[in-house]
Amino acid sequence: MSDFVRRYGWGLSAILVTLTAFWLLALVWVPYSVMIEKSFRLYLPVSEIGGPSDRYTLANYLSLFDMSASSEFLGLMVPIAVQVFLITVFYSCGVTIICFALAYPAAYFLAKKAAPAQIPTLFLMLAIPLFVSEMLRTFAWFIILAYQGPLNALLDAVGLSKVRWLSGYNGIIIGMVYTYILFMFFPIYNSLTALDNNQIEAAKDLGARSWQVHLNVIMPHAKPGISSGATMVFMFAVGSVLVPTLLGSPNSRWFTEIIIRSMFEGQDWNSAAAYAFLLLLVCLLFVSLVMKLFRVNLADITR
Amino acid sequence: MKRSYSHYLMVGYVALFIGFLLLPLLIVGGAAFNDTRFPSVWPWKASTLHWFTQMAENRQLLVAVWNTLMLAVGVTLLSVPIGTAAAIVLNNTKGKSRALLYALMTAPILTPAAVVGISTLIFWRGVNVPAGIFMTTLGVSSIISAFVMLLVLARLQSFDRALEDAALDLGATNWQVLTMVMLPHLRPAIAVGAMIAFLQALEAFNVPLFARGNAETVTIYIASQVRIGVTPQINALAVIMILIAVAGGVTYEIGRRREHKRRLKLEGLAQAAEQAEERGELIY
Repeated sequence: MSDFVRRYGWGLSAILVTLTAFWLLALVWVPYSVMIEKSFRLYLPVSEIGGPSDRYTLANYLSLFDMSASSEFLGLMVPIAVQVFLITVFYSCGVTIICFALAYPAAYFLAKKAAPAQIPTLFLMLAIPLFVSEMLRTFAWFIILAYQGPLNALLDAVGLSKVRWLSGYNGIIIGMVYTYILFMFFPIYNSLTALDNNQIEAAKDLGARSWQVHLNVIMPHAKPGISSGATMVFMFAVGSVLVPTLLGSPNSRWFTEIIIRSMFEGQDWNSAAAYAFLLLLVCLLFVSLVMKLFRVNLADITR
Repeated sequence: MKRSYSHYLMVGYVALFIGFLLLPLLIVGGAAFNDTRFPSVWPWKASTLHWFTQMAENRQLLVAVWNTLMLAVGVTLLSVPIGTAAAIVLNNTKGKSRALLYALMTAPILTPAAVVGISTLIFWRGVNVPAGIFMTTLGVSSIISAFVMLLVLARLQSFDRALEDAALDLGATNWQVLTMVMLPHLRPAIAVGAMIAFLQALEAFNVPLFARGNAETVTIYIASQVRIGVTPQINALAVIMILIAVAGGVTYEIGRRREHKRRLKLEGLAQAAEQAEERGELIY
């Protein structure tokens, strides 16, 4: 601390620390804390605040387990909200895995196989979709997957029957993979460029098959990139609002829709806070799982 | 060298991968020029530019564009100083407290933006700040500041702290050390940070969804139009947004290449210096 003041002087140190504190306290941690605190209280009219019914309770969380709104799910009677929560987490994991499976070969090729002269052009073509907003990327698939849209027109033209793409979770999964795949691609690409080609050559010379090289040499090296990509894709997917609203169907539901309904239709901000906190906890759980599983630290993920 | 069968298979795969990423954008853009009621590129009825003129006369949309620009400027002005200051503070922290501070600072990146939106709305409403573009600016900045912080922090790794000491020893004031030694070194990272802050703020959806009050941003406007019946006006708008993205992509790529060249040049210099030293030549 004294070294800090010596370098920047009292005035400047105060400015730097104030800016940082304003961010961490007023913009991030106090709002988070207030949200969490409210999630344990009932949403009451102003007149009742401070009254006998204004106490800490788990009611907002328990409202998810409302058995009066339940149906059979995997052979059990499960409340709808819990189902939606489980389905959201399940499909988000699915989207993460699909993104990895599709992005890894491309990242490997670009990092290790492509001719250096082609890299800038290829990179530019990938950087453009990265800068196009999630809104437009989702909107693109809204047009493409429409029943009367270009994809079905193409299928029709080659003699195949039209497909109702926007039913169930199809549209959501396709849209999410498209929208979030670059957040998987770039971290993997970055961690692979640091891998020495000689290691790959050595493994091959020692007789390793190409899948063995990938599994035992390349993928371990790409671990920080994979964990970073997986965390980002999962977090975006589980908290996505746009993709489920634009590409969802009457028989698909996403957990964020429950939050929004409670917020705007139910006007119950404290229940929404409780559900949002659950969403945050799932993401924290995912991050710590990834950190354990891949043995990486936080700095690898947020790089 | 003979190219194997699997090599061509991979080239084909990468071509498909890039096509998968770019084709949808061409379809969104292309539909802006097609004279159909519902945006599509098939069937192609007639080429037209009237979706662009309609868009330019759409008052509701122009208000949304104005709001979005205000938001983007506000977020840039707020998150660039915050991110830079936070990176400098973190860089001066050591040991356990550094790890803790790092976790506290990067948490917004790992938080779903919808959660940031809700916490922003609940907290600032509680202290009587009305929901609107200003509140949205605060919420979006809380996330973007973390990105700026990481960019500046990465740049600080290559900063030689002895330069600060030297400047101080030579009688520079603290203010001069910051503005004449540190900030010039950080400038590339700050520039990229500002660009990313601006572009990310244009795209924000989840935070504005909760914190905007009655004000509409472009993304919110598009989402509401899609729900009530979309016309190719939105695609005309998309064309403009994609052009901005192309400009962003090109700038980013030029910056990346310049940085790459600079590093190569430095490595070359270092090598030359080493060789000269081995030959016993003094090159200071």
